[in-house]
Formats: sequence, C-alpha cells, structure tokens
Amino acid sequence: MDRNNRGKVGKDNVELDNNKNGDVCWWLLHKGLASFFLCISMFGLLVRWTVSLHSYSGAGNPPKFGDYEAQRHWMEITVNLPAQDWYINSTKNDLSYWGLDYPPLTAYQSYIHGLFLRFFDPESVTLFTSRGYESYTGKLLMRFTVLSSDLLIFFPSVLYFIHAYYDVHSRGRKADVAWHILLILINPCLVLIDHGHFQYNCISLGLALAAVAAILSQRDLLACVLFCLSLNHKQMSTYFAPAFFSHLLGKCLRRKHPLLEISKLGLVVLGTFAMVWWPYLHSRDAALQVLSRLAPFERGIYEDYVANFWCTSSVLIKWKRLFPTQSLRLFSMVATILACLPSMIQQILAPSSKGFLYGLLNSSLSFYLFSFQVHEKSILLPLLPATLLAMEWPRPFKLLTHYALFSMFPLVCRDNLILPYIALYALCIFLYHPPGGRWDGAKRHHSTPLTLVSVLLTLAYLGSLVLHIVYLTVRPPERYPFLFEALIMLLSFSHFVLFAFHTNTKQWMLSGHLIGSDKGKKQH
Amino acid sequence: MLQNHPEICRHLLWFFGVAACVKLLLIPSYHSTDFEVHRHWLALTRSLPLSQWYSDETSPWTLDYPPFFAYFEYFLSFFARLVDPQIVDVHQGLNYEADTVVYFQRISVIVSDLCLVYGIYRLTRKLEAKKRVAMWILVIWSPALVIVDHMHFQYNGFLLGLLMLSISYLQDGRDVMGGFLFAVLLCFKHLFAVAGPVYFVYLLRHYCRGGLLKGLGRLAAMGTVVVAVFAAAFGPFFYHIQQVISRMFPFGRGLCHAYWAPNFWVFYIILDKGLAFLLKKFGIDIPTPAASFTGGLVGDSSPFAVLPQVTPLSTLIMVLLALSPCLVKIWKNPHPGSVARWISYAYTCGFLFGWHVHEKASLHFVIPLAIVAVQSLEDAQHYFLLSIATCYSLFPLLYEAQEYPIKVVLLLLHSMLMWFGFSAKFSKVKPPTISDNKKTRKKGSSSSSSRSGEEGEFVIGWGGKCYIIGIVIVETWGQLLHPYFLGDKLPFAPLLLISIYCGVEVVYSWVWQLKRIMAD
Repeated sequence: MDRNNRGKVGKDNVELDNNKNGDVCWWLLHKGLASFFLCISMFGLLVRWTVSLHSYSGAGNPPKFGDYEAQRHWMEITVNLPAQDWYINSTKNDLSYWGLDYPPLTAYQSYIHGLFLRFFDPESVTLFTSRGYESYTGKLLMRFTVLSSDLLIFFPSVLYFIHAYYDVHSRGRKADVAWHILLILINPCLVLIDHGHFQYNCISLGLALAAVAAILSQRDLLACVLFCLSLNHKQMSTYFAPAFFSHLLGKCLRRKHPLLEISKLGLVVLGTFAMVWWPYLHSRDAALQVLSRLAPFERGIYEDYVANFWCTSSVLIKWKRLFPTQSLRLFSMVATILACLPSMIQQILAPSSKGFLYGLLNSSLSFYLFSFQVHEKSILLPLLPATLLAMEWPRPFKLLTHYALFSMFPLVCRDNLILPYIALYALCIFLYHPPGGRWDGAKRHHSTPLTLVSVLLTLAYLGSLVLHIVYLTVRPPERYPFLFEALIMLLSFSHFVLFAFHTNTKQWMLSGHLIGSDKGKKQH
Repeated sequence: MLQNHPEICRHLLWFFGVAACVKLLLIPSYHSTDFEVHRHWLALTRSLPLSQWYSDETSPWTLDYPPFFAYFEYFLSFFARLVDPQIVDVHQGLNYEADTVVYFQRISVIVSDLCLVYGIYRLTRKLEAKKRVAMWILVIWSPALVIVDHMHFQYNGFLLGLLMLSISYLQDGRDVMGGFLFAVLLCFKHLFAVAGPVYFVYLLRHYCRGGLLKGLGRLAAMGTVVVAVFAAAFGPFFYHIQQVISRMFPFGRGLCHAYWAPNFWVFYIILDKGLAFLLKKFGIDIPTPAASFTGGLVGDSSPFAVLPQVTPLSTLIMVLLALSPCLVKIWKNPHPGSVARWISYAYTCGFLFGWHVHEKASLHFVIPLAIVAVQSLEDAQHYFLLSIATCYSLFPLLYEAQEYPIKVVLLLLHSMLMWFGFSAKFSKVKPPTISDNKKTRKKGSSSSSSRSGEEGEFVIGWGGKCYIIGIVIVETWGQLLHPYFLGDKLPFAPLLLISIYCGVEVVYSWVWQLKRIMAD
C-alpha cells in the first residue's frame, strides 16, 4: 500500500520535472518503466547483434585461433565425451589444445550449446575434425548462443536488480531509474567482449548481479546460491567473494543467533557446490584434477599488457626474473588481501546495501590490480559494480568506463574490432549525455572550479584520445616495440589506482552516518 | 516549450548520433548488388570523360540516374580515390569488395543523411516539442530507411532530405525555393517525378496568383528557375541527350520487379491467375502465357492469360486518374498546410499503380507522411499501421539468416517507439471544466470519466490489432510452417503472401488518404 502511494507521488514529480526541463526523452517513460525496460532491451539486443556481425577473437588465424575456437572446442569435447573425461587428458581430449579450464557450470553450458550446434550444424562439433571450424552458419549459431544466454540470464538479472535497488532507495526519480537501466544494459565493454571478442561473461556476471539483487532484497540464502553458481561458471567471480563474505558475515553477526545463521549460509554454499560438482565427487583424484585445471599457476603473474600493479611496475622491477613463481604467488595473494581488507572490515562492522555495492567495487578492483594472472578482460568485473553505482557519481563513472575501454584497446585491435569499438564508444557518449542533461543534469554546472586535479584529469583524457590515434597510425621505435601498449597501460593503471582510493574513502565515509541509521532501524 | 534553435539542433543531432552509431555497427552487414552499382558509378564518373558516362557498358550496372546523381558520385569519387584508388578503377575495381570500399561507401551514406537531418530540422523547428520529437522518431529512427539505405544500400536518406527541404520551404510560403529544390531532386532521381503534377498545380495556383499580369510574370519566373536547373543538369549532355533519356527510362523492364511490390498489380495478377484457373475448370481453353512473373524480367509477350495487357502508358493514365481528385482539390484551395499530405498521396498513387515499382519506393510516401502523422490523432493511427506494414514489406530484401534478427528487432523497436511517441503526444487531453464537474458529481463511476478522456488517446482499434497479429501469422508461415509443410515447393508463395498482405494495407491507406484529402 505504502509503496503504491509513494510511487504515485513520484510519478507526479516526474511530470512536473518534465514540464520544467523540456526534456527530450520524456515520451519513453510515458508508458511506465516496464515498457521502457522492454524498449531498452530491444535496443540492447539490436546493439549486441550488430556488434556480433563483426569479427571475433582469432578469426581465420590458425593454428591456435582464439577464444571463439576455445568455446567451440569445449562444446565439441562436452558433447562427445562423458562428463568424467572432460577435465582429463586422454587420446580423445588433448588438454594442451584449449583444454577446459573453467569450472563445471561452464562445461554444462558448453554441453547444452553443443547440443544446439549439433542439431543445426553437426559438422561444427564433431570430435577432432571440427578443430578450427569456421563457417557462416557456425558463426551465426555461436553468436546466437551468446545472445540467448545474455537475454536469458543477464537481462532478467538487471530487471531484478533494478527492482531490488529502487525498492531500497525509492527516492530516485523515474527518469533516473530509466537511465540506470540503460547504463547497465548497454555497457560497451561487456558488449564488446561478449559479442565481439566472444565470451560468455554475461552468464557469470548476470548470476553475480542477480546475487547482488537478492542481497539487496534481503534474501541471503538465494544470494548464496546465485553467487556460488556464478563462481562455478567462471572462477573469476572470486573477485566479488570478499564483498559477499564480509557483508553476509557482518549481517549474521548482528542477528540473534550468529552461529546458526552462518551455518545455514555455509550449508547452502556447500550444497550448491556439491550439486554442481556432482560428477567429480566420486573420488578425491577426480575433484583434485578439475581443481588443478582451474588454477593456472603455471602461467606467469601477468599476460600481455594489463593495467594492473604487477604489469605496470614490471617496467621498473622485473618481477618475473627476480623471483620464482612460487614467491610471486605469495606476494600477489598478500597484496590482494591487504588491498581489499579495508572495505571488508567496513562491511563486517557496518553492513549496508550501499556499502555492499562499494565493497564489491573495491574488492574487485583490488583483485584486478594485485592478483595473480589477470587479463585485460578482467576489468569487466570491477565495471559491473561501478555501473550499479553509476547514479551516485556519474562523472567518475564515465571516466572509469573510458579507461576500461581504453585498457582493452590493444586487445580490440588484435581482434579487428576497431569499428565496433568506435561505434560503441560514440554510442555511450551519446547515452551518457542525453539531451536536456537528464541524469546528472541537476548537478551539471558549466563553471566547475578549476582545480589542479581536474586539469590533470582533462589532460590525461585528451592524452588517451591522442594515444588511440597514435597506436593505430604510428609504428613504435624498434628498441621499444611495445612502447604504446606500455603507455596505455600506465595511463589506465594510474586512473584505476586513483579510482580505488576514491571508492575506498567513499565506502568508509558511508559508515559514519549509516551505523547510526542502521541502529535506528533495529530499534523499530 | 523549447523555442531555442541551437538547443533544438543539439537534440536533433543527438537523435541522429544514436542512429549513426547503430548504422556504423551495421557496416559489415549484407549489401545487395546496388552496392556494386554505386561503386561502379564512382569509377565511371571518375575515370571516363563526361560524354561516355551514359554510354559505357563495362559493367551491366550502367548509369541510369539523372545527371545530378552522376555529379554527386563524381564528387564522392574525389574522396574515394584518396581512400583507395582501386575503388574508382573502371576495370580493376569491378566487384571490388575490400574493407576500404565497404567502409567508404557505407560512411558516405551515413554522412549524406545529414541532408535529411537538415530537412527535418527546417520542418520541425517551429513545432511544439511533443510533435517535434514524435517526428524525429518517425523519420530519423525510421527502420525502413536503415534497412534500405544502410543494409541493402542506397542513398534514399539524402534524396528524401531534399524532398523534405522542398516541402518545408513550401510550408513556409517560399514557393520559388520549394520549386527549385524539387527540380533539383528530379535531376537526382527521376522516380520522384510522380509528385510533379501536385507541384505544378499547387505552384500555379498558390504562387502564380494576383491578377493575370503578375501571375504570368511569376509563372515565367518559376519556369526560368526550373529550366535553369534542368539546363544545369542536362546541358553538359546536350549532344548525347538521346542516350541519357534511353538509359533513364528502361521500359524494357516488366510491370513488376522480381520481387513484387505490395501494390495494385499484385492483385491484378492474382485475379488473372484465379480467372484462368476457374475458366479452365469450366472447360474453356486458354493459351498459357509465354512469360511468367516469377522469372523476373518480362519481355514483350503478354504474361496475362485472361485480363488485358498492361502497358506503361496505361499505368501512367491510372496514376493520373488516381491523382486527379487531389489535383482538383489543390486547384480549388491551394493552402500550404496540406502540401505534405498531397505530395505523399501522389507518391502513394505512383507506388500503387506505377510501372515496374520497387518495394523500396514505399519510402517515398512513408517518410513525408510523417509530417502529417503528428498533426492529428486519426493521422497518427493511420500512420502507425502503414509504417509497420511497409517496413514489413521490405523484409524480403534481407533474406540472409544473419540479418534476420536485425530486421525483426528494428521493426519491433520502432513500433514500440512510435507507440510511445504517439501516446505521449496524444495522451488524455480533456477540457478541464467538464471532467472536474464529473469528478465532483460522481466520484464512484470512473468509467464515464475515463471514456471522455479516451477521445484524445492513442489507441489501435480491433481492426488494427487483427492486422498486426496477421503480420505475425504471415511471418510464421513464411519462416516456419511453409518450409515444414511444403518443403521446397512453391518457393515464391511466402513472398507473394507478404506482398498481398502488405498490399491490403497500402490500398487501404490510399483510400484513407483520398477520403481525408476530400474531407479537408
């Protein structure tokens, strides 16, 4: 009842606002948020499918091809071999050629998609002979599997999140909600990687997003199940684990029977894991074999040019030469834990939904910056909580999206995806600056005070734009063939670090007044 | 609300920008042979002397647009040569498919759309905000334009921009400029000539008035302008004018295009086939026609079994007959407010009864009708269905699997946006005094007050709803059920079904527009 009334008041306010601002996009909201969501989903689908017309990673590039071939190969393996053999090296399953190294849920997903492919184009998943299979139909079907996963998992999760988030923070205007939906659904990096480069991040991120939504709507057990599923689709979701852990722990500690609550959550987690890992639980060896596939410790501490601490500092300190992998592993673990400790402590002491979102951002950022074996694409993980918080601080968010895209630029160039990169970049500039200045319109002042920081940020921004062009046109000097990659990495890294400081302080600033308000709630 | 012109400009460019991003993403999508046609014209105009433009036969895609379009290609070829010299090579460039040429031509279409944007800007700058935005949705985000220009490949956005500009000048009362732009447009693409009679009668009655002497003077002035434009276009080809004309009017092509446009002749052919079938049943012997429609190009022999042969001349007469009530109306009362309606009507007639009409020609009336659509509720409701039907009739242009989701999503998205735009424009606007009285009198019965409000609300009647459901059925039949039940038999049946089904709406729209014009 109460909510309905509030909604009505909100609606009236929006109409007043519309008349005042002369906004150009009022008509989109005229029919209510549900139809707006439908409309934006359509647009999201259009953008995703048009991006998927372009090239993919490793197109026409034997012998190893790229991620597209890896995913296709997993479908080939899972469809043709029994589940027990998926992770084991054998004559039929050569693990050195794109062996399965994601958790079982990815394998199941590959199995389902493999069945789909076998139905329409059997040649594309036959054992052995289909290696490096590329065709018009094959590409179409593969692209379709990503699009359908996105539509079935990521889109509903966004809806769930919006529902949960604006239930808690109901003071938001309708137009704000609308723009927020748009920002989450049309995230240029995610679209580019999933539908251009070719991956299934939409599934693991979608599950994680649904888990966040479940936490916001106080369904902790459901959140545990969803987050475990997300972890079991891509181990990279561990980036979020500290935030989930600390928030849930903090919450349990404030309940009447903390131990009971914690054991309930623990049982749910174990149960979910047991279900997903069922085919590998019959013996210890089988489970350990899968586990060893998931932890790629034999690879180096970083790959290519990723804008994290290890890679950037390797310009000065040759980590790989100075230390054995063993100790590097330890270093990175300690650094990561230290980096996400402040945000974890904050959440254990004062769990709150906003603090939780900041915690997600901080823990994923610290993983990105300090953990072992980080890839350029991992920036997608911090970017997800950042989009969830976009309405809180639009300007830093825009900057983060810019540098996230920028840090992936060399990868995008390798994949021949420059055109969709440009188009998506332009599209998100248009969407972030709607006419009439909608979502940060109230705060937009043309005369922002000229501080040293803002001047530096603007200069860096312009520099990054120039670097785009330089990277494409100028050949680097022979002595430093990776000069421009290093510059891109340096610029992105410095911004990510600044960003991490900024968000950590923001999270801690929250706790001051929130402790008070939470106590107030308890007394009710 | 917002009468600040730079502000409007910014908003309009935002709309264009969003569309342009999607168009950029569409660059690698399917393109038809029209792509090679335009590429060849770039090469032709760049490499050959003017005298050979209309006589060259290196490629089957000879130049068959009027000279201004050739000049336009000549202008583009400057940049094309800078991008990649092979694009403009007459022989080496044949069927050239490299990224450079694809990017160059696609981007040239996107940039030339700015002409349409300017036309829309001129048309909408004085409208109220709601109408303005509704029209931007209808034109700038038109799915039909995206399908035809940015996937199938043509320069309709640019040409329609000229038409819109011309209409905007006519609406402002600047008749000379309007006439001038229309003449220019004709020298770009002569298919736009169908609206010629409307322009002629309107300018004669609206511009050339005010006494015999003044009228004649103005007629002479307008005549000079038009002749000057045509001279500028055709003058350089004075010695080869015969060749130019024969290229521009290839009457050797048949009544219908390979894929049948949803117009009157589809029904005519169906009637002929039906009659032939019936007569045969009754034992009357009928010679089977030598030519078939499904074969694409049709020669001299009559393809009809029973009904009389259709010639270009008879189609011309039918178009003029269909136009005549409208012309009479213009003669009686030439006021600038209805110009857009008349011009769209003319193109509707041309589409419905013309010779060798292409389904893409439906753009010629759907786009200018948008000007009318935002003016009243009935127009909006009419436009909603017409736009969906004509866009759907373009589906067979993109027959490859890769583009299937794009065309479906484009149509759905635009229908939704149209729905939002129209319902925002035509929301419940009721006289406040009456509704307030009702509210105070009987608060309980909400039905009466809501009914009074619905007078101004955008709703689709049951007929419209049935029609839209019908589209879904036709599409499911063509995509799923037909291949399932009939296999490879009757491959043309789904296309024919689409033509007939969309034809019904176009005929209905024609009757509706005619009634509307006569009622004005």
